[in-house]
Order: sequence, then C-alpha cells, then structure tokens
Amino acid sequence: MFDALTSKLSTVFEGLRRRGALNETDVLEALREVRLALLDADVALPVVKDFITRVRERAIGQEVIDSVSPGQQVVKIVNDVLIEQLGGAGAVALNLNAVAPIPILMVGLQGSGKTTTSGKIGLRLSTRLRKKVLLASLDTQRPAAQLQLQVLAGQAGVGSLPIVPGETPLQIARRAMETGRREVYDIVILDTAGRLSIDAELMEQVREIRAETNPAETLLVVDAMTGQDAVNTAKAFNDALGITGIVMTRMDGDARGGAALSMRAVTGAPIKLTGSGEKLDALEDFHPERVAGRILGQGDVLGLVERASENLDQEEAEKLARKIAKGRFDLDDFAAQLKQITKMGSISSILGMLPGAGKLQAQLEASGGAAGLDKKVINRQAAIISSMTVKERRAPDIIKASRKKRIAAGSGVTVQDVNKLLKQFDDMSSMMKRMNKLGQKGLMRHGLSALMPGQRGGGQQRRGY
Amino acid sequence: MALGGFFSRLKQGLARSTAKLSEGLGTVFVKRKLDDAALEELEDLLIGADLGTDVARRVIAAFRRSRFGREVSEHEIRESLAEEIAAILRPVAIPLVIDRALKPHVVLVVGVNGTGKTTTVGKLAQSYTEQGMRPMLAACDTFRAAAVEQLQVWGQRTGAPVMAAPANSDAAGLAFDALTRARAEGFDVLLIDTAGRLHNKAALMGELQKIIRVLRKQDPSAPHSVLLVLDATTGQNALQQVNVFKEMVDVTGLAVTKLDGSARGGIVVALAEAFAMPVHAVGVGEQAGDLRAFDAGDFARGLVGL
Ligand SMILES: Nc1nc2c(ncn2[C@@H]2O[C@H](COP(=O)(O)OP(=O)(O)OP(=O)(O)O)[C@@H](O)[C@H]2O)c(=O)[nH]1
Ligand SMILES: [Mg+2]
Repeated sequence: MFDALTSKLSTVFEGLRRRGALNETDVLEALREVRLALLDADVALPVVKDFITRVRERAIGQEVIDSVSPGQQVVKIVNDVLIEQLGGAGAVALNLNAVAPIPILMVGLQGSGKTTTSGKIGLRLSTRLRKKVLLASLDTQRPAAQLQLQVLAGQAGVGSLPIVPGETPLQIARRAMETGRREVYDIVILDTAGRLSIDAELMEQVREIRAETNPAETLLVVDAMTGQDAVNTAKAFNDALGITGIVMTRMDGDARGGAALSMRAVTGAPIKLTGSGEKLDALEDFHPERVAGRILGQGDVLGLVERASENLDQEEAEKLARKIAKGRFDLDDFAAQLKQITKMGSISSILGMLPGAGKLQAQLEASGGAAGLDKKVINRQAAIISSMTVKERRAPDIIKASRKKRIAAGSGVTVQDVNKLLKQFDDMSSMMKRMNKLGQKGLMRHGLSALMPGQRGGGQQRRGY
Repeated sequence: MALGGFFSRLKQGLARSTAKLSEGLGTVFVKRKLDDAALEELEDLLIGADLGTDVARRVIAAFRRSRFGREVSEHEIRESLAEEIAAILRPVAIPLVIDRALKPHVVLVVGVNGTGKTTTVGKLAQSYTEQGMRPMLAACDTFRAAAVEQLQVWGQRTGAPVMAAPANSDAAGLAFDALTRARAEGFDVLLIDTAGRLHNKAALMGELQKIIRVLRKQDPSAPHSVLLVLDATTGQNALQQVNVFKEMVDVTGLAVTKLDGSARGGIVVALAEAFAMPVHAVGVGEQAGDLRAFDAGDFARGLVGL
C-alpha cells in the first residue's frame, strides 16, 4: 500500500530489522517523511503539524506486528489517522431535514466549480430522490453566470428561477424562496458569486443571504488542486457562514487533494460530495478511505472500481474474468474489452486514478503513442478484429503475413496497424497472466505497477514529472 | 491609467495576498539570532506560501550560507529573503510582446477549468485596445454553458469584436474562421479563449492540438503565443499542469490570476525553477483593468510582506 511513502519509510527503517516496539527516534525519523509526503500532497502546514502529533502519539510504543515491517506499521497508522481525520469510513449524505422548500446555499472562491456543482446536485436530488428542484443564480458579478446556471438547469431537467436583470443577490434569494413556496418546490439551490475570503464586503453580503434564507446546507465548494491557502479559505468562510458541508471538485484531475484534509480540519464540517467530471452526472459521495489513499500517493483504486462497475456490463465483465482466470483470453475478448473501455470514458482519466499509472502511461506511450488512447483508434482496432476469421480470433498465432494483408485490406488499414494491434493484444494477455498470478489482493496492494514487466510495486516518484 | 494609480493598485492587490505571510514573519523575526530554529520557521513560512518543500528548502539553504548566526532585524530578513526569491523570478519576468507586423499575432489562451481564462482574455483585450491596437476575440469554448455569452460581454466592455459559433460546434473550425477574418481585416491581435480542461484528459488535450494544427494551415507560425492561465490558489499540482500543457501545446508563458486573494502564488517560484517558464502577467481582480505585468522584484517583495 502507498508505494511512495512505504518505500521512503523502508529506507528510514533499513537496518532496523528487529522486532519489538516502535521507539521514539525511529518514529520521529519516519514522521519527517510523512510530513514531506503530506506537504507535497498540499495538506496545509498547520494541519500537517497537528496530524503528525496525533500519529506520533499513537505510534510510539506500539508493538510491531511480526508479519510487517516497521515502515509498513507506521504507514498503517498514518492511514488510519488520515481516514479518521477525513471523517471516518463511509459517506455523509446531504441534510434535507427541513421544511420545503429547503434552501441549499453554495459558496466558495471564484472558479471553484459552484455553478456546475449546483447543476449536479439538482440533477442528483431530482433523479435519485424525486425532488422538485429550483436552481437560482445569485451571481450578478460574473458575466453570463446566471445564464450558465439556467442552461444547466435545462440540461438537468429541473426548474430555474427566471432571470431579472438589475436585482441584487439578496433580492434574487428572496424571490427564489418565494417562488419555491408558491410553486411548491422541495429544494431551492442558491448559487452565489465567487468571492475572495478576504473581501469583507462580499462576505457580509453572503452572510445576509444566509440569514435571510436559513439554508439547511451551506456548502463550501473547493477545488481539489487547492494549495496551502485552503486553510485561509475554509476558516474565513466557516467563520462568516458556518459551513455545513464541503464539496471537492475536479477530483478527476491528478492532484493529490490534500486540501480535503485541511478543509475538514479547519471547519470540522464533513466533506459530503466530490465532483469528478464536467458532465452533470459526475458527482460522487465522498469516501474518506479512498481520498486517504490518494493523498498518500496510492491512487483511488476503489473509485476506479466503482466507476468501472457503474459503467461496465456486469455479465460481460464476469465472462471476461472467468476467461482470464482460465488463462484463455483471445482477440474476441480483447475486442469486447475495448468496447467496455470506451464506455468508461477517457482512458487517461481512468489511469489517473491508479497508483503507478504514470509508468503504464509511459509504456502505452512507447507502444503506440498518446493516440493509442483515443476512441477513434479503439474503433479502428475493433474494425481490424472484426475483419478476422473466427479461427484467427481464437488463435492469433496463426496470423502471418498473407492473413495480415487480407485483414488490413478488409478493415481499410495498413499491415502496420494490424501488427500494432497484435502487439497490444500480446502485451495485454501477458499482463492478464501476471494479474492472475498476483490475484485481486496483490493488485490492490501494488497497483498497476505490479503488472509492468520487470518491476514490482516500485512506486511513483514523489511528483509525477 | 496614471502611473501612480497603477502602482498603488498593484501594491494593494499584492499586499492583501501577502498579509498572512508577513504576519508570520513579523511574529517570528522581531530581532533575533538567525539560528537553526529560526531558519526552520522561515522555511515553514515559505512552504505555507506554496513554494513547495524542495524549493523552500533550497531558498533557505542559500539563505543560511550568507546569514547564518547573525543577529538580524525583521526588516533585513525580509529584504534579503525577497532578494533571494527575486533572483529566481527575474529571469522569467518576461512581458508578452505583441508583434504588430504579424496582423494578427495569435494568442491561444489555455488552462484548467475556472482558472480565469475568459477574464484574462477580456483584460488583455482591454490592455491592447488602450495601447492603440485592434484585438479580436474568438469564443472557442463551445462546450461550457454560457461561455460564449460570457466572452461576448467582455467584447462589449472592451469594444473588441467576438467571433462565436453555436454551442458544441467544432472549436478548431471556429479558430480557423476567426483567423481568416482577423487576417482579412488586419487585426493586430487574435485572442483565442478555449474551454477549461484538466491536463490529464488526453482527448481534451488532443482538441487543443487540433486547434493549433488548423491555425497552422493558414499561418505556419501560429499561434505566436500560448498563454497558460494559472490560478494562484493552486498548490503543487501546478507543476504537473505546466508540465503537461507545455508538452502538449508548447505553452510560451503564464498568466497567474487571483493574486488579490489570500493565496500568495508561491508556486510561481517553483515553476520558475522547474521550467524557467516566462510569467507574462498577473491578475489582481475581476475588472478589465485588473491585469498587471509580472515584476519579479515587486512579486518577491510582496511575497515576504514588504
Ligand atoms: N479575484 C479575482 N477573480 C478572478 C481573477 N481572474 C478571474 N477571476 C474570476 O474567476 C472566475 C472564473 O473566471 P473565468 O474567466 O470564467 O475562468 P475560465 O478559466 O474562463 O473558466 P472556464 O472557462 O469555466 O474554465 C470568475 O468569477 C472571474 O471573475 C482575478 O485575477 N482575481
Ligand atoms: Mg472560460
């Protein structure tokens, strides 16, 4: 687990191969590495300090279990404390215990993703909970912001407060609540303009809006790429408004997301939701245990598995798994898999969720370039496979020069393209074999890098560049 | 704008962004010996400003060589620390110079979502207009809801014409048409606003490359500048952003936005060290006039609260 940190810590503990309790000197040394790992993941400094104290208290004197190294032991403690500090296992739902129309107030810095998130929450509440949702933009600041939310409401199929030019945000909030009552909405989502935490005037304005509407949720929307400033932002918004929940956006990026820990620590408010894409359905529950792994550089394996299981055809996947288990993976399966992959969205976003994926990406790069990741190419590959005979698909070894020429002509590509596909299939099946040997547990532990030829869970560099 | 007004606004913006750091410095260094403990606290202050652990360590190491053990005043600390940081930033403080012979000089504006691309395009249009040039804007964010309308407002504010296309149409096609028109009508600058995209999405990065390919069909030297807009609140991930955008679309320089907030933009120092990437401009507000040239000395002095 946690490749990068684990390998650092095993260096720290090298030569200490003895059993017994963790002593103070060892732990302090290890914690220096933990500190760096957290800072590199953008956890804010004061939060890191507090965190380190907690880990130290728990670690010193703890028995090292026989089967693990002291390094692994410390990482385990770090991970446990991290999950705790992120809010403990499991997701926290939006609080909708209020009299309808229930106001939800969205606040945050400029460009953090409030408007898109408003649309996403609207969609979620209307589809999952069958709520009648009204979206209202109080953003009179940014050009066309109100129009943006109106368009999103249309896409989500929920209500949108008619735009009346010249109104103040407070007036719009009042009109939104009146409309909510009159037209019997269950939920009114109030999207506010982005504001700087140090802008006293605008903070006062949103405080008035909060006092006027008394929202059941005041959600602070934060970008997962946020650095050390996360503490200032969280503190200012919390002091002014009393944040009830946090939404982390752009989790589909490759930031480690340490801001989650900072925000949670400063506000005490739970992180309730995460945004993971530009589409309106890309909103997920927040799972502390996954984000802990991400902060420590392990990648969001569980997130990937969830996305996969949401998008993949379960039966297909099981069929495939059985075949892999039997060591029988042919070109038909390969084609089926390509089709599944295109359903999951951009491959690079999938890779971004995996530990050690940098290496895989580099390898893909080497065997076909970034273009190898693109939908068009996948479609072309599917075309090549469909130009093969059943026999060829079952036993690709028989595909020699003349067959290649026929297949290329049949699918309108070059022989080179056919070769490339066969090479990829080869790589894929040997990867499958390694995966088989490793088993499910091993894959979780070592991540994708365990599948790379000639390396076993060596871990990512501290930074991916 | 009068020069005095310019400087006071700049100072205002930067002062706010550095208030926190300077508070820290103030409490730590009211006349004391610059020993290990003091240096460590100083390193923490830099880390807290998003310089990153590596860069903070290096800056402090250099600092230690020249000042260790001295009895120093708070002011001296700030002066010399600012100088240390300014020395790193000076080589990248390069303005974006428009070549008026190109007609148009094509500036492609890129970046992750919500960093301030559209606003920066508006501000640039304002600034070029003030300098007597004729800019034209292309609304190549055909994806995000109301992105076109947003840029059109900036067009009205600055008097620059905006080329737009229906929602979800091909951004590259629009860029091509905009360049055709800008050439035919002799515009000085073509500012191309693009949709926000995360650097780890290969397909979206491919779209940007397509825009560039298509522009080059008309003018092989286009785009003449590729401006990456970076949000000052961004932490260490900015390194990854710059790295990927640079590789995929040959970014030629940065604009750092939202420096009027509490974020100090210390990542710029790390970016200067890692990529020697030119920093052209900084954004210090939401209005058309809130764009400044990047000045290494001012930025560094602002960073340590001078
Ligand atoms: N305070 C402050 N706000 C800024 C600055 N630059 C941009 N903004 C604000 O940041 C928000 C996002 O800016 P946009 O220009 O829409 O960002 P964008 O990169 O075009 O966003 P997308 O196209 O959605 O990816 C808006 O509310 C802007 O007013 C700045 O320098 N300071
Ligand atoms: Mg934009």
